[in-house]
Amino acid sequence: MTHVYLDHSAAAPLLPEVREAMTPYLDRDFGNPLSLHDWGDAPRDALEEARAQTAALIGAGSPEEIIFTSSGTESNNFAVKGLSLAQQKKGKHIVISAIEHFSVMNSVKFMQNLGYEISEVPVDKNGFVDPEDVKKAIRPDTVLVSIMHANGEVGTIQPLAEISKITKEKKIVFHTDAVATCGTIPVNVKELGVDALSLAGNPFYGPKGSAALWVRRGVRILPLLDGGIQEGGRRAGTEDIAAIIGLGKAAEIALRDLVDRGQKLTQIRDLLINGLPSKIPRVVVTGDLKKRLPGHASFCVEFIEGEGMLMLLNSQGVAVSSGSSCTSRALKASHVLLAMGYNHEIAQGSLLFTMGIQNKPEDIDYVLNVMPPIVDRLREMSPVYSKFVKAPKGGQGNAGI
Amino acid sequence: MPVYSEKVMDHFMHPRNVGEIENADGVGEVGNPVCGDMMTFYIKVKDNRLEDVKYKTFGCGAAIAVSSMVSEMAKGATIEEAQKITPESVAKMLEGLPKQKFHCSNLGAQALNKAIDDYLAKTGKLKADPAKCCPFCDHEDSENDPVCQQGCPVNQPEIKSP
Repeated sequence: MTHVYLDHSAAAPLLPEVREAMTPYLDRDFGNPLSLHDWGDAPRDALEEARAQTAALIGAGSPEEIIFTSSGTESNNFAVKGLSLAQQKKGKHIVISAIEHFSVMNSVKFMQNLGYEISEVPVDKNGFVDPEDVKKAIRPDTVLVSIMHANGEVGTIQPLAEISKITKEKKIVFHTDAVATCGTIPVNVKELGVDALSLAGNPFYGPKGSAALWVRRGVRILPLLDGGIQEGGRRAGTEDIAAIIGLGKAAEIALRDLVDRGQKLTQIRDLLINGLPSKIPRVVVTGDLKKRLPGHASFCVEFIEGEGMLMLLNSQGVAVSSGSSCTSRALKASHVLLAMGYNHEIAQGSLLFTMGIQNKPEDIDYVLNVMPPIVDRLREMSPVYSKFVKAPKGGQGNAGI
Repeated sequence: MPVYSEKVMDHFMHPRNVGEIENADGVGEVGNPVCGDMMTFYIKVKDNRLEDVKYKTFGCGAAIAVSSMVSEMAKGATIEEAQKITPESVAKMLEGLPKQKFHCSNLGAQALNKAIDDYLAKTGKLKADPAKCCPFCDHEDSENDPVCQQGCPVNQPEIKSP
C-alpha cells in the first residue's frame, strides 16, 4: 500500500545526521556537564556548541540568552508564567491572541487564578491579529504581550514586527510562540523585535523533548523549576544532553537548508491548496494564502466531519490531522477556527495536511486522487448535505463566515 | 487505527442501510453541531414491525458505526423491541466505544426512538410531545435552533462511560 505521511506538525522524523550527532551522548559521553572530572568535559563542550547553534538559528545576540527546555509547551509555560511573575510589582495584566496554542491559553488561565487579568485580542477571517487591537488592549498595568508567530492549525504568519513597534514604544515585554516557524522560515529575533521566543526541535527534524526559550539579555524571568545552577539558574535539572545536541545539530542544518526547504515545501503545499478546492466543490482553504507556513495546507470540507475523512484517508495510507470536536479529546471544535469566524458545522470539517522534506509532488497527486471519493462517500451519508442539496439554490451560506 | 474496535471499524468502513426513506412513517433527528454529531433516522412500519430502517449521519467514525449498528438491530424488530435499544446495548454490540465517544457519538438509539415516537404520534398511538430537547440536558431548544443554548456538551462536567 502507498504510505503518505502528511502530519508533520504532530510528529516529524529525526534526521539521520541528527541521530548520529546524538548517539555518543547516549553512550560513551554520558557524563554530567557540571562534573569537574574528565567525564564532564565532552558533554559540557557539546552543550555550549548546541547553545550557539540554536542561538544562530534565530539571530540571538548571545548564546547565553538560550535556555534549553523539554518542549514547546514548557517554553510557553515558562515565558507566560516566568516573565509575568518577574514583573508582579509593575502590574498583573497579560495580552494574548484568541488563537494561541493551549500551552499559552492554559498558562494564562493559571495566571488568572493568581489574580492576573487577561485580554484576548481577536483575529480576522484569515487568522491575522491587527496590531491596532494589541495597542488598544495594552493598559498601564500590562506586563506581557504573547502572540504566536504562526498558527499550527491554519498556518497564518503574524505581523510580529509591527506589533513589536507598539510593545517597544510602551516598554512591554513581548513573547512569541515560534514553535511552528523556527527552522521552517527565517526567524530573526532582532527583526521581529521580540523579547522572548519559544522554539522546539521536532518541527525541524530534531528530537522530541528538545526545545528552548530565548530571553533577551536584560529581561527578567522567574524560573519554573527551582534547584541547581543549570541553564544559568533559570532552569534547574540535569540537562538531557542528547536531546540538546540533537536540537543544536537540527538547528544548524535547518539554518543551512532553510531557503531550499522553504521553496520546495511551498511548491508542494500550493499543489494541494490549489488542487483540492478545484477537485472538490465547497472546500474552503483556512488561513492566509500568502503569509503562510511553507508545508502547511488546511481546509474545511463542508457538510462532513473531519474524523471520518481522517479515518478513510488512513485506510488509503494517508496520515493527516483534523481540528473537529470528534478528533479532539476535549470534544470541542478548534478554538482557532471559531475565533476566525467559522461556525461549528464548518469547523467540524477541518482537515490539516503538514508536509515535510521527505514528501514529493507525487504524494499530493495521490491525495488528490483518493480524496474526492472519500468526500463523496461521506457526503452521501450526511444529513447536512442532503438538506443542502434539497434546499432552493442561491440562499446558501458561504462557509459560515 | 486501534482506537476503535474491529466491529466499529467494520461498520464505519461498510455502513449498512445508509439512506433516506421517501414517505417514511417516522423520522427522528437528533444532534448538535457543537459536539459534531447529527443523525436522522427514517422508519417504515408494517404490522407493528420496522420493515425498513435508514439513516443519514454527520459525524465521526463512532457516530457512523453507531447509526449502522442501530439500523441493523432495529430492522425487522417490533416497535416494542426497537424501543428497548439503548446507547449501552448499541455500544455492547459494537464491542465497546472509546470513553470520550460514548456520550457524544452514541445518539443512534435516541434518533431511532424519536423516529418511533414520530410514527406513534402520527398514528395517534402516542400523546404528541412537540418539545425538542437537547440530547445532553433537559434544556428545550427552539425548533429553529440547532445548537443547545446551554452549550452542551461543553458545559457537562464529566462524560461518563458505563
